[in-house]
Amino acid sequence: MAIWIAIPILGILLILQTVVASQITLIHGTTDLVMIAVIAWSLQKRVRTAWQWGIIGGFMVGIVSALPFVVPLISYLIVVFLAHKLRQRVWHIPIFAMFVTTFLGTLISQAIAVISLRFLGTALPLREVVLLITLPSLILNLLLAAPAYFLFGDLAKWVYPEELQV
Amino acid sequence: MNTTPVRPVQTIIFALLVIGLIALALGGYLTPLSRLVLNPVVSAQTWLSVRFQALQNTIAAPQDLARLRQRNSEMEAEVSRMQTEIIVLKQQISETRVLSALVDFARVQPENRYLAATVIGRDPSPFLEYVIINRGSDDGLRRGMPVVTQQGLVGRIAAVTADAARVQLITDPASTINVKLEPSGAQAVIRGEVSGEISLAMIPQSAPVEIGDLILTSGLGGNYPTNILVGQVTGVRRRETDLFQSASVQPVVDFNQLEIVLIITNFRPVDISPLVPTPSAP
Repeated sequence: MAIWIAIPILGILLILQTVVASQITLIHGTTDLVMIAVIAWSLQKRVRTAWQWGIIGGFMVGIVSALPFVVPLISYLIVVFLAHKLRQRVWHIPIFAMFVTTFLGTLISQAIAVISLRFLGTALPLREVVLLITLPSLILNLLLAAPAYFLFGDLAKWVYPEELQV
Repeated sequence: MNTTPVRPVQTIIFALLVIGLIALALGGYLTPLSRLVLNPVVSAQTWLSVRFQALQNTIAAPQDLARLRQRNSEMEAEVSRMQTEIIVLKQQISETRVLSALVDFARVQPENRYLAATVIGRDPSPFLEYVIINRGSDDGLRRGMPVVTQQGLVGRIAAVTADAARVQLITDPASTINVKLEPSGAQAVIRGEVSGEISLAMIPQSAPVEIGDLILTSGLGGNYPTNILVGQVTGVRRRETDLFQSASVQPVVDFNQLEIVLIITNFRPVDISPLVPTPSAP
C-alpha cells in the first residue's frame, strides 16, 4: 500500500507544484514539493519504500519538466540515499536530519540540473543562478521542511501501524 | 291594588331617556362626558394589552428566534452564493475581455490560423521558462508551432502530448530568436536569461539602435513567422572594443500573467539543418 499511495500523493503535489508553487516565487526561486515529500517520507523510521517513492517522484517530474528525463530521477535517488545515511547517523534528532537533507538535496538537485543544462548547450551564469534561484529556493524548501516531516510522520503511522506487543 | 298603569309609565320614561341620550350623543353634547368615562377605560386596556403582548412575545420568542435564525442563515447562504456568482461572473468578464482581444488580433492577421489555449501550469524547474497549455496533438498542435498573444510573441511549442503541450517561452535561457529592429531594420538575436528577462545581442556595431525601437521577428532561421512584435529596446550597450552591440529589452507580453494564448497552427517551422555547411572530414 505504501507504494500505491505514492502515486496519488506525489501526483497531487506535482500538480500543486506546476499550478501554484511555481508561481509563488522568492526572487526567482521556487519550492520543490515533490522532493520535500520524498525526503520527509524517507526519514520516517518505519518506512521501507523510500526508494520507490524516489523513483515514482523522479519519474513524474521527469515527464512534466523540460529538464532531461533522468535529471529529476537521479536527483531524487541521491536525495533518498542521503536521507538514509543521515537517518542512521542522526536518528535521535530526526527533524535535524530533515533540515540537513533538504538543504543538501536542494543544492544537489539544482547542481545536477545546471550541469545537465550546460551539457545541452545552455550555459547559465553561476553567480546569477546562486543568487536568484538557489538561495531563495533553499529558504522556501527549508520553510516547508518541518511541516512536511510531521505530516508524513502521521502518514507513516497510518500506513505502518505500530504493532502492539501482548 | 292597581299596579298595571305604573309599568307602562316606567317603560315610557326609560324609552324617552334613551332616546334623549341618543339624541344628545348624536348631537355631540355627550362628547365631554364620554371622554371622561372612556379615557380611564382606554388607559386600562392599553396597560393590559401591552403586558399581554409582552407575555405573548415571551412565550412565542423561542419560535420567532428560531425562525429568525433560520431565515438569517438562509439569507447568509444566499449572500455567499451570490458572492461566489459575482466572482465567477467577474472571471468570465476577464476571460471574455482577453478572448475578445485575441479575436481582434486574429482578425488583424487573417493569413494566420489560430487556436486558443489556456495556460494550466508552469515547469517545476526554476531554471526553465516553460508553460503547459491544455491543447495537444488531438487539437492539431505540432512541435515548433509559434505561440502568441494579442500583445506579441510568447514562444513556441517544445513538446506535445495528446491533450497538452509544453511551450518554451522567449524568456527561457535556451531560447534564441532572430529579430529585426524597427525602424533601422538591423538584424539581431533575442536571448532569454536566468532572471526571466530577455536581451538583444549580436547587433552590428554600425546599426543605429535607439531606446524605444521596436523588435519584431525577422523570420530568419524559419522558426517563427515574420513581423510578430517581441518587445521594445529600453537600454543600449555599445563599446567600440566589442564586435556587437547589445541592448536590454522590455517584452510586450507579461509572462507572469499569461492566461490564454494563441497557437499559429498553419505555420510549420523550416528545418534548415541540411543547408548548414558541415566541416569537411580530413
